[in-house]
Amino acid sequence: MSVALGYIFLSVAFLIIVSMVMMLARLIGGPTLYDRLLAVNSFGTKTVLFLCVFCFIIDRPDGVDIALLYALMNFIATIAVLKFFNYKALNVGLLARPDVEAEE
Amino acid sequence: MNILLMILAAAPAAAELAGPSGPPIEWVFLLRFLLTTASLFAGLFFVLAGTLGVLRLPDFYTRLHAAGMTDTLGAELILLGLIIQSGFSQLTLKLMLVGFFLLVTSPTATHAVAHSAYKAGVKPVLGRFRAPSLDEEES
Repeated sequence: MSVALGYIFLSVAFLIIVSMVMMLARLIGGPTLYDRLLAVNSFGTKTVLFLCVFCFIIDRPDGVDIALLYALMNFIATIAVLKFFNYKALNVGLLARPDVEAEE
Repeated sequence: MNILLMILAAAPAAAELAGPSGPPIEWVFLLRFLLTTASLFAGLFFVLAGTLGVLRLPDFYTRLHAAGMTDTLGAELILLGLIIQSGFSQLTLKLMLVGFFLLVTSPTATHAVAHSAYKAGVKPVLGRFRAPSLDEEES
């Protein structure tokens, strides 16, 4: 049963890699910036899943820490890129936004 | 599926070999194996469906719908399968933390991308259903 479980984990990891490669096609050929950003976000989620399954394949539970770190970093990277392309700068306070001041 | 059918066919024979007073712990292992397999492949189905939707759908917002919805559910199902397999240990807590952070951050990131694209003026491909424009909201 343990051998069958190993094969199941291997097949799941392989199909997650196939899904990541398919998402790379959208990342390269996306028409707009937001398509690429969506592809990057989804690619990061799949990377977290692949790391968790890979820890079970190699039977070492240390890599889940890396997966946890990657999940948080992926979210922060997405928000930072969105903020940069929205305001063309990163040092903009969230409470004093330039577009709100321009409207007032 | 063949592996599952073989295990299901072999399980009563193994129980007879162990005797009627044998340890019932084998059934716990079998149940955990079946739950793990079902949860992993259900999550994999959702992940692959979301990826196919991102590749095939015609519009940015429909792609966002496919990726955002199915990736959250697929990731949670795959992590649930791994949690069932890992038993009660420190690994379970870490996997639950990963699941919690994915459950919080993935819809937030999807909402942020959708809102930013809408503010930037990315137009959906219009059919019968039309999105309200920003000018109508302000006036």
